[in-house]
Order: sequence, then structure tokens, then C-alpha cells
Amino acid sequence: MKIKLFYFARLKETLKYSTEDLELPDESFTILKLKALLAKRGDVWGQMLMGKLKVRAAINHELVDDKALINDGDEVAFFPPVTGG
Amino acid sequence: MTVRVQTEDFDVGLEINQLRQSRKDIGAVVSFVGLVRDLNEGDEVSQLTLEHYPGMTEKSLSSIIDQAKARWNIFDALVVHRVGTLQPSDQIVLVVVSSAHRGDAFSACEFMMDYLKTEAPFWKKEANSKGEHWIEAKSADDMARDRWNIEK
Repeated sequence: MKIKLFYFARLKETLKYSTEDLELPDESFTILKLKALLAKRGDVWGQMLMGKLKVRAAINHELVDDKALINDGDEVAFFPPVTGG
Repeated sequence: MTVRVQTEDFDVGLEINQLRQSRKDIGAVVSFVGLVRDLNEGDEVSQLTLEHYPGMTEKSLSSIIDQAKARWNIFDALVVHRVGTLQPSDQIVLVVVSSAHRGDAFSACEFMMDYLKTEAPFWKKEANSKGEHWIEAKSADDMARDRWNIEK
């Protein structure tokens, strides 16, 4: 399956990625599994996605937790806890 | 119900007047304006840059208004949030709520701000004499939101 990924704020800055298209195996894929897969890229990827920092995720513009399932064509985003207002 | 994300400043008086004109049974209008402070955790702030997640931001703010509508008797609500680079004393956010009586408007306005601060995808980066850094989320903000699930 194909998904579109977005990164924001500190994650975008540190990973030096704002968006990418990703091909995932056609099996049930959770947010946690995706984070672990991206963390394997090493270095800052592991620190940012599986480290001590809190990371929040959204699928198709809805906040989700680590157990949420990703489907083909989904827009997935990773970002730090929000600080607006 | 209106949600706007913009770089430009807003005129609170103008926004309230527009909201008032929609009907004649409004008895209360409550507004909240958030500003950039010149001091944060002891450091002087020279500027603040706000980033957001286009698409999700609007959806999230609309959902916050819907939740407030489901909970209180409010007529109308407006949320304006600025993004981009702001200076101390600049306006960042505006929430306006109208209702027949003040109680509903007060509660809904506070509820919307508490949810906005913890769920709407905005991020602040602060610049001071030492450089730039991302603002950390505060647990006090999560607590402010969570109390709405207990009391009413």
C-alpha cells in the first residue's frame, strides 16, 4: 500500500523532511509499526520517533494513538505535542 | 460557525460586530484574545513563529466548535488563529462565542480555548537573545482540558 507522510515542527526540522510518499507491505500496519520502521533509518530518526520525546500522530487529519491502523492511501503525520493558542 | 487560520492581524471589535449581526436574540458575547508575551520562563522573547498543519488545523478547530455546541446552548462561535512570525504584544488567537445568556458563552469559550491549546495542530518556536527553540507543551494545559470531562 501507498501512504503520504508529513512531519511538522521539531520533527520536520531535525529529520529534514516535510513530506514523503512511502510504500508499505500490504499487511496490517499500525502507527507504532510505522514508527519502528522509520526509526531503522538510524541516527535522528530513532531519536525522534522512538526516543524519549513525545510524538503525536494523525491519520487523515484525526489524532490517533500507536495502535491505530493505517490503510492504503492514508495521509499520516508525525509531530510533537501541540503548543498553539 | 467560522474558523480562520491567517497570517494577518484581526480586529476584535469588527469580528464581534459581524457575529452579533446574525441574529437579535443574542444576550451575551464572550471573547478571548491570546497575545504574545515579551517574557517566557525568564527569557526575553524577541519573536514567535507559529507553524500549523493545513487541513488538519481547520478540521480540528471545527470539531472543537461542534463539541462546544453539543455541550452548551450557544448560537455562534468564531475562532481566528494566526500563523507566521509574530512580535511581543501581537494578537495570536481569538475565540468569540454568542449565546442567550452569559453562562453558556463563558463556559463554551473557556472549553474551546482549553481544547485548542491541546488538540489543534499549531507549534510555537520562540526566538530570544540565546537563539531559537521550540516551545514545550505544558502538562497544565492537558489538565485544563481534562477537567472538562469531570465537571460540567
